[in-house]
Amino acid sequence: MSTNPPIPLRPTTKPLSDALSKEEERLERQTDEGAQELRPTTREVVLAGGGMWPQDDLGDTMIINMGPQHPSTHGVLRLMMELDGEDVLRIKPVIGYLHTGMEKTGEELTYVQGTTNVTRMDYASNFANELVYSMAVEKLVGVEVPERATWIRMMMCELSRMASHLLFQATNGMDIGAVSMMLYGWREREEVLRIFEYVTGLRMNCNYIRPGGVAVDLPDGWQQRILDVCDLVVKGVSEYDELLSQNPIWRERTVGLGIITTEECLALSITGPILRSTGFAWDLRKAQPNLAYDQVEFDTIYTSNGDVYDRYRIRLYEILESVRIVRQCVEKMPAGDYRVQDKKITPPPRARIDESMEALIHHFKLFTEGFKVPAGETYVSVESPRGEIGCYMVSDGSSKPVRMHIRGPSFYNLQAIDPMGTDSLVADAVAIVSSIDPIMGEVDR
Amino acid sequence: MNHLLALDPLLRGSVTWSVLAVVLIKVVVAFVILLVAVMLYIWAMRKVIADMQNRIGPNRAGPYGVLQTLADGIKLFFKEQSIPDSADCPVFRLAPYLSIMPAFLMFCVVPIGGTVSILGHTTYLQVVDLPIGALFILAMSGLGVYGVMLAGWSSGSKYPLLGSVRASAQLLSYEAAFGLAILGVLIQAGTLSTHEIFLQQHWTNAWSFVTHWFWLKTCIAFGIFLIAALAETNHPPFDLVEAEQELVGGFNTEYTGIRFAIFFLAEFMNVITMSAIAVTLFLGGPSGPSLGFLSANNVINVWFLPMIWFLVKVLALLFATVWVRASLPRIRYDRLMSFGWKWLIEIAILWVLVTATVQVANVENWNSFVAAAVSVVVAVAAYGVLYAAMPKSDELIEEIR
Repeated sequence: MSTNPPIPLRPTTKPLSDALSKEEERLERQTDEGAQELRPTTREVVLAGGGMWPQDDLGDTMIINMGPQHPSTHGVLRLMMELDGEDVLRIKPVIGYLHTGMEKTGEELTYVQGTTNVTRMDYASNFANELVYSMAVEKLVGVEVPERATWIRMMMCELSRMASHLLFQATNGMDIGAVSMMLYGWREREEVLRIFEYVTGLRMNCNYIRPGGVAVDLPDGWQQRILDVCDLVVKGVSEYDELLSQNPIWRERTVGLGIITTEECLALSITGPILRSTGFAWDLRKAQPNLAYDQVEFDTIYTSNGDVYDRYRIRLYEILESVRIVRQCVEKMPAGDYRVQDKKITPPPRARIDESMEALIHHFKLFTEGFKVPAGETYVSVESPRGEIGCYMVSDGSSKPVRMHIRGPSFYNLQAIDPMGTDSLVADAVAIVSSIDPIMGEVDR
Repeated sequence: MNHLLALDPLLRGSVTWSVLAVVLIKVVVAFVILLVAVMLYIWAMRKVIADMQNRIGPNRAGPYGVLQTLADGIKLFFKEQSIPDSADCPVFRLAPYLSIMPAFLMFCVVPIGGTVSILGHTTYLQVVDLPIGALFILAMSGLGVYGVMLAGWSSGSKYPLLGSVRASAQLLSYEAAFGLAILGVLIQAGTLSTHEIFLQQHWTNAWSFVTHWFWLKTCIAFGIFLIAALAETNHPPFDLVEAEQELVGGFNTEYTGIRFAIFFLAEFMNVITMSAIAVTLFLGGPSGPSLGFLSANNVINVWFLPMIWFLVKVLALLFATVWVRASLPRIRYDRLMSFGWKWLIEIAILWVLVTATVQVANVENWNSFVAAAVSVVVAVAAYGVLYAAMPKSDELIEEIR
């Protein structure tokens, strides 16, 4: 009878070389939070030409998860940050906490129902989503939208840009600690949202721009109301300018912070105010004018420093440009139909359903199985407040898309956290995320 | 012990029951006044900020929502108090009390009125007049750091830890500037007793608020004091310790229920106490014009008017704090430290030197204008040398790399 050797209480570890134990320590530290590995930052990749990250001292750093529940991560963004004291050594966004499968849902909804879905993606500027979806459908169907519908669309999109940038002013102010700014921004945004409610019946997810035109015509007396709101917003913007632009604390917190270059932006597909802040005047409204943007006068706002302050200024002045466009829309709004009169695409008026059998059938068919779209694929892009929003759509000839993909600008812009936020402070990281202005509904889709 | 207590004029001589009663009354009244003042201040702050932000503010509990703070307190009192698993339990429990005690004690040396007579005893309207009153203020404001620091450290969590690291650095740095600013007054007054300082700023004629009050004589120290006091009380724009947008709640992230309420109370109590101290040291305390048509011994002139003057001055300062809170963005941590160390402390030291020179000149019968001019020139030169010796921020970064 042989006796087994006593089992050691704790398995003895192999003696590791110094380098290995360091590596092991690094892995252990990184998995400490149930975290994914922090990869080298984009700037390091860009600078080192894709090499390894520099071996640094792995002693006294701490990994902190900012979010998904955190007062200033704009919804459910999670930032993994490696901190050395207050210094952020590297920073990585983790997304997916708001993933609701909206693109997949889009494949189950008819083209008529689709706008209800996409309007919930970028909930701060929903008209851009509806517009890009509708334009993709119209391009596949090959239908021409009436002129009045185009102008209404443009006006609503610009009002939406105002609302979105006002929201940015509010949250950006709050993130940098100017709490009153939050209320001021919301005060003006509220007035714009009232216009949305007045025109579309809903404040946020309006589902107003639909394939073939817009849902309803503008209500009586809309001109005066919209002009009044424009005046209010201009007054508000001059107030923000006075409150923040020359404030020494504000400038100290934002000037020269979170700098990104044009090359980095282009490498990461970053568009919108972030790209324009680097001195690259790229605005799809000018570069590829859709709607009636070539018939109105406005300027592309761009600056050259690429810092948080510039992104704040660009958004501030873009509000004024939007006001300019909206005023021209009010002035030049053409008469005519607000949607195409093709009854295969847009529903008949409610009153006709009671008296016309044909109208009833059209209505029934449209809202049960929708309209058929010729097989094909297309990509349409417009300038949303956050950058280029695109819709890639594949149709197999049925009434539902085979694939509907939205290119959300926030998703791409969020990558800028990496080059902007490396080697900053915790407080700067908050300001930088805020200056990217991500909407998580659009990032996760 | 007796001789220490005897320094309070109240307890000079034999201690009788009436003497004890007077002491007890004063302690209780000061305690209640401070608590009620905090309650009203929080309400008023919320109302004023709401007005500045186009909101209505609290308006449910009581007339104009004046009982809102009480309602919040009651709610927090009955809430569950959770302690994180990784917390250091005894310290975690102790920290809120460490935070609130100094705020109370600091208020004890503040004179809120003149000399009155209670139960046949002549006494000052302040809980105690320590001969080292100003040092006591410094000591208590130093002790206040412990509550914040230990709260963050003992929570066993990352955000509170960052908050407490910030707290210890920020509060200790600004402690120096704070002390030097007070020193500017002490050199002029030549005493540490708050009551003596108040008496030296007494109202003699209509221009007393310029000639006798210390704010003009020590104008730079006064400015430094206001900035340092804001930083000492974690008041915006220096509220880095509990920066909501960065550190969730900062040092009190893990606190719930009444322990959180105590931190909250301590914070606003500190603001009130600091305002009261600023009034005492720089703005004449309770001194102000009395009603000439009444006799000097009239109860209104003796009791009420000094209190009203004190109240008006404190309210003015408190309103200013609310204004600052509503309008300024938060300063970044590294800027705060460099501002404190590179500017405030230097200027405070130089100001103390200038004041001391002028004071000596007065005693020695030198020409005070010449002495002042020379000392200012020397001070500026000294600062220039200091500034030249300081590395510029870019060089500093290069050096570190």
